[in-house]
Amino acid sequence: MPFDYRRAPDPESAVAAATGWSGVAFLAGGTNLVDHLKLGLVAPDVLVDISRLPLDAVDELPDGGLRVGATVRNTDLAAHPVVRRDYPVLARAVLSGASGQIRNLATTGGNLLQRTRCVYFQDITTPCNKREPGTGCSAIGGYTRHHAILGASAHCVATHPSDMAVAMAALDAQVAVLGEGGRRVVPLVELHRLPGDEPHRDTVLSPADLITWVDLPPLPPGTRSLYRKVRDRASFAFALVSVAAVLRVERGVVRDVRIALGGVAHKPWRARRAEDVLRGERTGEEVFRRAIDAELAGAAPLAGNGFKVPLTRNLVVSALRELSRGER
Amino acid sequence: MTDLLRPRVLGRSPRRVDGPAKVTGTARYAGDQHVVDPAHLHLVQAEVARGVLTEVEVGAARALDGVLAVLTPDNAPRLASARDAELAALQSHDVAFRGQVVAAVVARTREIAREAAALVRVRIDPRPHDVHLSADRDDLYAPEKVNGGADTDTSRGDLGTGLAHSPFTLDQTYTTAWYNNNPMEPHTTTALWLDGDLVLYDSTQGVHTTRQATAKVLGLDPRRVHVISPHVGGGFGAKGTAHVHAIVAAMAARAVPGTPVKLALTRQQMFSLVGYRTPTVQRVRMGCDADGRLAAVALDAVSQTSRVKEFAEQTARPTRMMYAAPNRRTTHRLAALDVPVPSWMRAPGECPGMFGPEVAVDELAAACGVDPVEFRVRNEPDVDPETGKPFSSRNLVACLREGARRFGWEHRDPTPRAREEAGWLVGTGVAASTYPVSRTPGSVAAIRCTGPGRYLVRIGAADLGTGTWTSLAQVAADALGVDFGDVELRIGDTALPEASVAGGSSGITSWGSTVVAAAEALRERFGDDPAAGDEVRAGMPDNPAAGRYAMHAFGAQFAEVRVHVDTGEVRVARLLGVFAVGRVVNPRLARSQLVGGMTMGLSMALHEHSVVDERFGHVVNHDFAEYHIATNADVPRVEAHWVEEHDPHTNPMGTKGVGEIGIVGTAAAIANAAHHATGVRVRDLPITLDHFL
Ligand SMILES: Cc1cc2nc3c(=O)[nH]c(=O)nc-3n(C[C@H](O)[C@H](O)[C@H](O)COP(=O)(O)OP(=O)(O)OC[C@H]3O[C@@H](n4cnc5c(N)ncnc54)[C@H](O)[C@@H]3O)c2cc1C
Ligand code: SF4
Repeated sequence: MPFDYRRAPDPESAVAAATGWSGVAFLAGGTNLVDHLKLGLVAPDVLVDISRLPLDAVDELPDGGLRVGATVRNTDLAAHPVVRRDYPVLARAVLSGASGQIRNLATTGGNLLQRTRCVYFQDITTPCNKREPGTGCSAIGGYTRHHAILGASAHCVATHPSDMAVAMAALDAQVAVLGEGGRRVVPLVELHRLPGDEPHRDTVLSPADLITWVDLPPLPPGTRSLYRKVRDRASFAFALVSVAAVLRVERGVVRDVRIALGGVAHKPWRARRAEDVLRGERTGEEVFRRAIDAELAGAAPLAGNGFKVPLTRNLVVSALRELSRGER
Repeated sequence: MTDLLRPRVLGRSPRRVDGPAKVTGTARYAGDQHVVDPAHLHLVQAEVARGVLTEVEVGAARALDGVLAVLTPDNAPRLASARDAELAALQSHDVAFRGQVVAAVVARTREIAREAAALVRVRIDPRPHDVHLSADRDDLYAPEKVNGGADTDTSRGDLGTGLAHSPFTLDQTYTTAWYNNNPMEPHTTTALWLDGDLVLYDSTQGVHTTRQATAKVLGLDPRRVHVISPHVGGGFGAKGTAHVHAIVAAMAARAVPGTPVKLALTRQQMFSLVGYRTPTVQRVRMGCDADGRLAAVALDAVSQTSRVKEFAEQTARPTRMMYAAPNRRTTHRLAALDVPVPSWMRAPGECPGMFGPEVAVDELAAACGVDPVEFRVRNEPDVDPETGKPFSSRNLVACLREGARRFGWEHRDPTPRAREEAGWLVGTGVAASTYPVSRTPGSVAAIRCTGPGRYLVRIGAADLGTGTWTSLAQVAADALGVDFGDVELRIGDTALPEASVAGGSSGITSWGSTVVAAAEALRERFGDDPAAGDEVRAGMPDNPAAGRYAMHAFGAQFAEVRVHVDTGEVRVARLLGVFAVGRVVNPRLARSQLVGGMTMGLSMALHEHSVVDERFGHVVNHDFAEYHIATNADVPRVEAHWVEEHDPHTNPMGTKGVGEIGIVGTAAAIANAAHHATGVRVRDLPITLDHFL
């Protein structure tokens, strides 16, 4: 379908250009959106090109945190010295995603808002509630290797595919949004929704809401973090399950723990129940297992992805084991 | 017995003749050919697996600015022959598989064609479809012959007795997945009509075979069809037979007289329109004594074909000649389903057919406590076990021994799950490879002297990226007794003398024998010093040894596999293959074929899997993000070696073909290594991490 193309000089005019249209999309790196245009998944009336907005810097904040602009390329984010030094979990997560070529184009905002890789969502010849509300969910009863085990609904069992977002969820990142009504901040863990009965809504944003940057709060000294991704081939594959874990242990006792899971839900999944079990406990194999079991008690695997339950359990336990190694 | 060509240029590695053009981007593939003001074609596909087309509404598509023509079963010209249902484009309202071409749009640009194709409304009255392959179906049937013309069933001795008298027996079922050929270059055709002649720039493994097929379907004198294909970006069999897109491109070009038409399939379309490797179900039965000597070997293979056109994969063929055993049987049965037409994919028959039996050998060897290398050596036959013919040469044992030595097999502890390194279970495995030496009749070569000691060699052969431009020129140089640089080779065009298809690893055997015959004819007629302008033509000579010997290449592949204790992730740390493939024409190119084949075998073992959703009837993971092919990170170390082999019977070059054998046996070696690492026996491909959790 023919569409209008506009290039915005600054964030305000990007939002203004997008306001009032029903079919509008911001074009950042285009690595997800352009595919979708070609596959006929979306047919916007207007594309607002935001790839040249002056939001491409990573700045250190006075509180010791970091502000990551929305159009910072994934490659640049992962290579940033402060990210590598203070947020290895984020650098690892970004580098584990896609390919070098794609990361050179992909942006922070686009990565957060990339859509599910559910094969039925990407194939306009099969019904999909996310693409066309009310048509049904083809994944249920179909090919579900990459689908959810947590937080899904009878309407949609898709997963969010981003690696970067999982790390940001574990870092308690805050997402700055500029919309029709002005600026607001959305905690990253609240940006993406669970599918419920409105699976076509991936996030809490409206079409003209522009992500401008993401703030990463500082991590207290002594905090360790890591990202582990399990996939079907060694590179260039989406996560079957991934874990971002942040841990601070003092004298053998867990002081701070944040665990986010990828590949298991419609959003980056903060494992709050596991965190609750761990906080204040002495580290050890047994409590690690108890913690993740508490989280997975709510798991509802599908016919084709039951393996994700033991996989998640083993992965989280080994991540915690590694982070607590050498800590007393 | 033939005198083998004295190797001067054979056995060396001159650089690829086509290399500079390819790396500088000037090599013209089918879609890059310069034609004047071309139009573009996009195909519309059926969205149900079986049904009857009731209406194709083209109004909206036609109304789009830039659309030149829309072809449908209602307005498409009748083809001269609709006997090949796969090629009978737009001839019927019946839908036989999901993805069948039901309309085609020609437009000024690729984008408009694609957009208009999306606007074509196709109404199909759906009928219940069935795409379920299983060995338990009650409608399996025995095809008349299997691919390559081999017998459907064979049997020697008495299987039941052989099994009953064996202290160690095995009866297991193995499955291989549905795989799609995915050459980098999608199937592409540029078609134009010139005074009633059809010109096709086509990405094909055989210009003359494409000419024959399209001429027949379109009702043309083959001499009026010109197929040009100097470079092909991979084929793996998918470009070995003509597929429907070439016919539609020709029809479309006729619909817009005077305008050339370009068509490049999308990656998604390739999953239903260009053939694929059928999934197989393989029941293997074997029996042996305490020393590991086989008394009985059987493979009953089940695969699928499309309901409208038969393709019978020769899965059980290698079982007929691999190991000695007095009692043996093989069968092939087919399920005719509402699926796209399966076809050739690198080493059809041998590749899937050496998975089940080679894993079974590993299982049986373990059961009777014999080392799996030794087990194979002990079952080495003296003659072809089914035909009783001697082998022209058979060096499987040399490959096994040399491979074991290079790989460091000697000190292997056979106990499964005995080695762990930093959270990874480590194991090693072995399997055998084999591939027949085929020759395809029908080639003709022309050689002309262009000056003192300089020659032009013309034959319509194909280079799919395999290196024919270089290797066939090497054969010609030795046949003519001149330097490599003194031969100018022309291939890839029907304007050249007829050549057989590049398939079945038969290229060098067939074209090379023909070129050697032409060189001999030139010498006979014009002596050792022909003058500029002297020219001869010769056809491929018969090989009198062909009927007397069983001719096969062999190999042994060794794998080291790591499986993560916590996550089950499977990695192949090392692959090593040793092959006996006759004389090697060009070591650089041969190594690239063998390493490529092994890499593709690794990909088959761990990654590739066309996932069919039986409710819809199509492959749902039909793109490169979801259909996984091994990446560089998955293949840290792949080595290919070969043993010296002198075979005076195969052809005047003494070659056996290297294009396919590399993929044969790899998956079994990896499965066997994964079992050694973990103690878990995976009998169904692909070997994914969930098997180990
Ligand atoms: C083959 C392949 C493999 C991949 N593998 C992985 C992987 O393993 N892990 C992984 O995490 N990702 C993977 N990716 C996805 C990749 O990371 C995303 O495509 C990329 O991050 C998207 O960024 P972009 O800037 O190109 O977004 P675009 O395609 O430009 O946009 C994506 C969406 O975000 C919206 N958008 C973009 N920026 C903003 C903004 N600032 N405010 C509001 N809306 C915005 C767009 O409107 C659009 O809807 C893969 C992609 C491909 C094609
Ligand atoms: S899981 Fe969600 S995205 Fe996939 S088919 Fe169902 S509704 Fe669509």
